[in-house]
Amino acid sequence: MEQENVSPVKGTSLWKDAWRRLLKNKLSVFGMIVVILIVLAVIVGPAIIQATTGFTPDYIPSDKGSEFVKSFPPSLQHPMGTDDTGRDILARVLQGGRISLMVGVISTLVSLIIGVSYGAVSGYFGGRIDNFMMRVVDILYAIPYILIVIVLLSVFGGGNTPGFIKFFVNLFGGGAGLGQIFLLFFALGLVSWLTMARVVRGQVLSLKNQEFVLAAKATGVRTFGIIFRHIIPNVLGPVIVYATLTIPQVMLSEAFLSFLGLGVQAPYASWGSLAADGIKNIAIYPWQLIFPGVTMALTLFSLNFLGDGLRDALDPQQRKF
Amino acid sequence: MLRFILRRLLIIIPMALVVVSITWGLIRVAPGNFYTSEKKLPAAIEKNIREKYCLDCPWYQQYGRMIWNVVRGDFGTSLKYEGQTVNDILRRTVPVSATIGILAYLLALIVGLTAGTLAALKQNSGFDYGSMAFSMLGISVPNFVLGPILVLVFSLWLYWLPPARWGGPLNLILPVVTLSAIYMAYIARLTRAGMLEVLRSDYIRTARAKGLSERAVIFRHALRGGLMPVVSYTGPALAALLAGTVVIEKVFAMPGLGNVFIQSVLNRDEPLILGVVAFLSIIIMIFNLLVDISYAFLDPRIRYE
Amino acid sequence: MENRNGSILSVKDLKTYFQTEDGVVKAVDGISFELKKGETLGIVGESGSGKSVTNLSIIRLIPTPPGKIVSGEVVFDGRDILKQTPEEVRKIRGRRIAMIFQDPMTSLNPFLKISRQIGEITELHLGHTRQQSHEHAIKMLTLVGIPDPESRVDNYPHEFSGGMRQRVMIAMALSCEPEVLIADEPTTALDVTIQAQILELIKKLREETGTSVILITHDLGVVAGMTDKIIVMYAGKVFEQAPTGELFATPANPYTKGLLKSVPDPAHEAGEPLYQIPGLPPDLAHLPPGCPFEPRCNYAQEICREQFPPFVQINENHHSLCHFAEQVYAESQAEGGVK
Repeated sequence: MEQENVSPVKGTSLWKDAWRRLLKNKLSVFGMIVVILIVLAVIVGPAIIQATTGFTPDYIPSDKGSEFVKSFPPSLQHPMGTDDTGRDILARVLQGGRISLMVGVISTLVSLIIGVSYGAVSGYFGGRIDNFMMRVVDILYAIPYILIVIVLLSVFGGGNTPGFIKFFVNLFGGGAGLGQIFLLFFALGLVSWLTMARVVRGQVLSLKNQEFVLAAKATGVRTFGIIFRHIIPNVLGPVIVYATLTIPQVMLSEAFLSFLGLGVQAPYASWGSLAADGIKNIAIYPWQLIFPGVTMALTLFSLNFLGDGLRDALDPQQRKF
Repeated sequence: MLRFILRRLLIIIPMALVVVSITWGLIRVAPGNFYTSEKKLPAAIEKNIREKYCLDCPWYQQYGRMIWNVVRGDFGTSLKYEGQTVNDILRRTVPVSATIGILAYLLALIVGLTAGTLAALKQNSGFDYGSMAFSMLGISVPNFVLGPILVLVFSLWLYWLPPARWGGPLNLILPVVTLSAIYMAYIARLTRAGMLEVLRSDYIRTARAKGLSERAVIFRHALRGGLMPVVSYTGPALAALLAGTVVIEKVFAMPGLGNVFIQSVLNRDEPLILGVVAFLSIIIMIFNLLVDISYAFLDPRIRYE
Repeated sequence: MENRNGSILSVKDLKTYFQTEDGVVKAVDGISFELKKGETLGIVGESGSGKSVTNLSIIRLIPTPPGKIVSGEVVFDGRDILKQTPEEVRKIRGRRIAMIFQDPMTSLNPFLKISRQIGEITELHLGHTRQQSHEHAIKMLTLVGIPDPESRVDNYPHEFSGGMRQRVMIAMALSCEPEVLIADEPTTALDVTIQAQILELIKKLREETGTSVILITHDLGVVAGMTDKIIVMYAGKVFEQAPTGELFATPANPYTKGLLKSVPDPAHEAGEPLYQIPGLPPDLAHLPPGCPFEPRCNYAQEICREQFPPFVQINENHHSLCHFAEQVYAESQAEGGVK
């Protein structure tokens, strides 16, 4: 059926138009607001709690509870209760959120850079190179990512920390366990780029034979210039969409590794490691699992809705995941 | 078609060997290994192992021996679980993981396909919004959070179901439901999107213009096209099922493959790691082949030469 | 050719609206026409003028929501289709009123064999067995001129070319010998040489079966040789309606005149630019109170902007929606016809 949409062309750009469509999607707006609130809470929250109640994430009160029982259910003083050493769970959840959210951002960026370059090169050159590069992706898909992460952590852990990771560690104050955490961020990024590479390759394959690319070729733009100036800007839509959906995925992977005791370790905490701690006491102190778990689920839920809305707004045709 | 299947089956073997080689390389690159540091073995056993794996030879001889063993299907004896061959361990644990995994995927298919199709048919209805919000929840709640919460409710509060351990069919309910949640959610979303796209297509309009009943339009004309995305999701999903079972096995104390794999990685139990990786990579590639074959059966436009 | 043994389909004041983000789009807004037995009616208009929606409304195939048939009557064989139950309408679709769609590449189900796609219609409506429907499908393919129908009937759509697929669509549409055939831009997606073949085929089959035809197109050249009368649609309204010869000779609406002038003809001087109606079709969600064609019309006066144009009856079979219909008609007569 012909769509009766024949209004004259208005001067809105693709991005403005997408933004307008995003704002029409109530669930995405809800997701966006929740994500912003959680980011703000995670940044300023611990300081506010310390200022008002004096609890820090690591503060172990000595005056409360018996020697054996320090877990208290949620109360006004401790809205999310305390853990089994008596620490305030709200403060720990906010503090842990910093690491969980940083995993999402940094690992996704790493996977973005690798995946986009790899996919663009593979799709652009095509033929044998493409075939070879895609078989490599197939093989990497078949290697359990846990193994790769663990190997990366042990190869580059300890004294072998690469320089750029030390740079980040210093940027964030240079704590002792921070090197391991940043290594985890990069390792997760290094195992999360495969699908992104496939998405980008598919896009590039269909783009590279279109007129504007042929025109650039005909005017003598070099291969490098064509890939980075003409093709990558045009795959940006799907890339943004997929990146938004990668963030919750890597956060989930981090939580999963931390749950297995392979990820973030004490004295640092993430939502995953907090939930893992909580599971031990699920029968008697359920709040120790429920609050970190629910906070994490809410964040992922909102990120997923935001990603969904972005996909509908940027590319109404593409409806895959 | 037959040639295509044969060629793909043949290619699985070298691909699996590449995967095993990379894995072996990764284990060797990692500083420190089972033989040197992690755990003190009695001298006699260590000597045996050193001889068996030729640990004092140059690396390429060790590699050659490893590949030769793998090709013969002999992965050797686990270093951690003393006296048990890798094949024994696989034989013992794979059925556990496979039972949970297959049941979970079947459950996910049944619920996901039904919910997704109904949501697409009643787009923008209460059911549509409800099931899509619910499936978003399924994607967002980590299964190591969902599992314990289900245990808390159904075992510790209601006393309906056993909380853990391998046993009768009742013991399977909670792990299967927990594992299937995320797949259920994905399948529901994929089905809905696929069905919506097909229902908007011209050939569905043609089918309606023929005077077919709504039932015939959906079952005869729409379903096949709408389910294609689910079919292509099945390959990666079954591969990812492993990562899922690791958590499920830990939460519910199930003696499955996932647990063994994590233990083997933590212990640098090289023979066991190689055995599990080889087994999994072959399974993953076979599933991908099955997906491609079913594609050709479902869509007459796809031909493999 | 004109056959006066009564009307088979009569549409009265049909209104189909769509609810969109931008507001209510009045895709079809008060259309009336009559189709007599054996007659061929042409519906002409630009994309978005409501031609397709009109015909989808006739057999109630408007996707609801967002679409909705707001009011009107579609009387087929003495009964109003819009008042029948969905079950009754289904018995009409494909059996008594059949449709051919624009794009044969997407209108056939890619997953099913041709024999199934034709066969399911006669199994449903004529109670054929598998065997009968298969034979009937071969017969239909032969009728529409597909070579080697016995083996082609078990092929899939992707194994046919565009023109052949449209022949398959026609075979499907005619398999129950419907009383009315609605062809929605049947040649738009095809090559020019194939277009002529398909039109010839429709013409031939119409003569053989006595089916009434509604031919929807944006191409006046297509309807010229095939139709008994023509409706010109613009912005969901009938702008002009007249017997084919009269419409071409003496149009009484500026829009029709513009359309006729923009048809390329062999006598056209090389190098001289082809006439084009200026501007774009209006936004149907925000129609002005006056004449929707006013911004593009070279007859436009103050009154056109302020008042909706009247329905002017030129003669018994010819009417036009325009403030200046009489004047345009007189001019056309003076020119001795645009063509």
